Amino acid sequence: MAKSERRHEFGPSVPFTFLDEGRASTGDAYREGADVWVEARTLREAFGWELSPEGLCRDAVCIPVTARMRLTEGGRVSLTALAELLGRPLVVDAGERVAYLGAAARERAESLRSLVAPDFSLPDLDGHPHRLSEQRGKKVLLVAYASW
Amino acid sequence: MALDRRAEDTRPWIEKAQPRHPSLIDTRYVLADLYGMVNVPTVVWIDERGTIVRPNDVAFATDTYKAITGFDAAKSLNAIRAWARGETRQPDAEAVRARQSLPTPRHQLARAQFGLGRWLYEQGRLAAANEHFTLASDLAPDDWTIKRGSMPMRNLDPFGPDFRTLRAAWAEAGHSYYLPLPD
Repeated sequence: MAKSERRHEFGPSVPFTFLDEGRASTGDAYREGADVWVEARTLREAFGWELSPEGLCRDAVCIPVTARMRLTEGGRVSLTALAELLGRPLVVDAGERVAYLGAAARERAESLRSLVAPDFSLPDLDGHPHRLSEQRGKKVLLVAYASW
Repeated sequence: MALDRRAEDTRPWIEKAQPRHPSLIDTRYVLADLYGMVNVPTVVWIDERGTIVRPNDVAFATDTYKAITGFDAAKSLNAIRAWARGETRQPDAEAVRARQSLPTPRHQLARAQFGLGRWLYEQGRLAAANEHFTLASDLAPDDWTIKRGSMPMRNLDPFGPDFRTLRAAWAEAGHSYYLPLPD
């Protein structure tokens, strides 16, 4: 049997926490070795991606999926293959039942190379949010410091 | 923006300074990730159109730590004021890009490890958090927002002997703790 046709031996599902760049959600996960597989619903709810005839889609973006990517098996999606396809770092802590999908280096680098200052919203001490783009029209000195 | 695990860590400084500008709290290290910051203080100049005109640099507002850091606050402040007054020529885009340090896949993996560690810390799973802080530090030994920023969450003093040991080892290996722009 060719490697790409290998059938996966999934155990019973376990509850897992999924962190999409820090945004947390919960769902069932299927362990297979070091990899974690999720069902389509979890893929959508946790990470915002959906499988469609056009491929792996999120908002207006669709990425064609080929069998070689070994992304899916029996309706489940491999988080390892998903991370590789998206170029994003994946950290799985099986013991703690949590998986963290981080930001892609290429995406961050392209954003910085554009020289458009990445927008963000952060709270002040009173919890009121402030967005960088609200300062458009003024020069901004962005200063990052810390108590450490 | 304070890169701190909680607002209370930075509250005393903000309340004492009484700033007239927005002074924000970044508990999820959003800025470090978006801008590729590896230490504090880091300053970025952004013009009226929202364009980066001077990328990540080191600047101090006072000479309080000049004897340790070697940085002259007046030089940075004078340059910032000149820019604010419109006395500085706008650099061309390629000159700005030439000064940028861009994130790598390895460094983003380090930030993911750090992010998971912070989440575990918030859940009270301190031993597990510590493991991921260690992995993050090993992946990005040049990132002090991780190495030093994780110390309060590891019950280590970021100004104490553990930090001084790390910093000394970094210097002995020929690396600089601060990475200012050349000019």
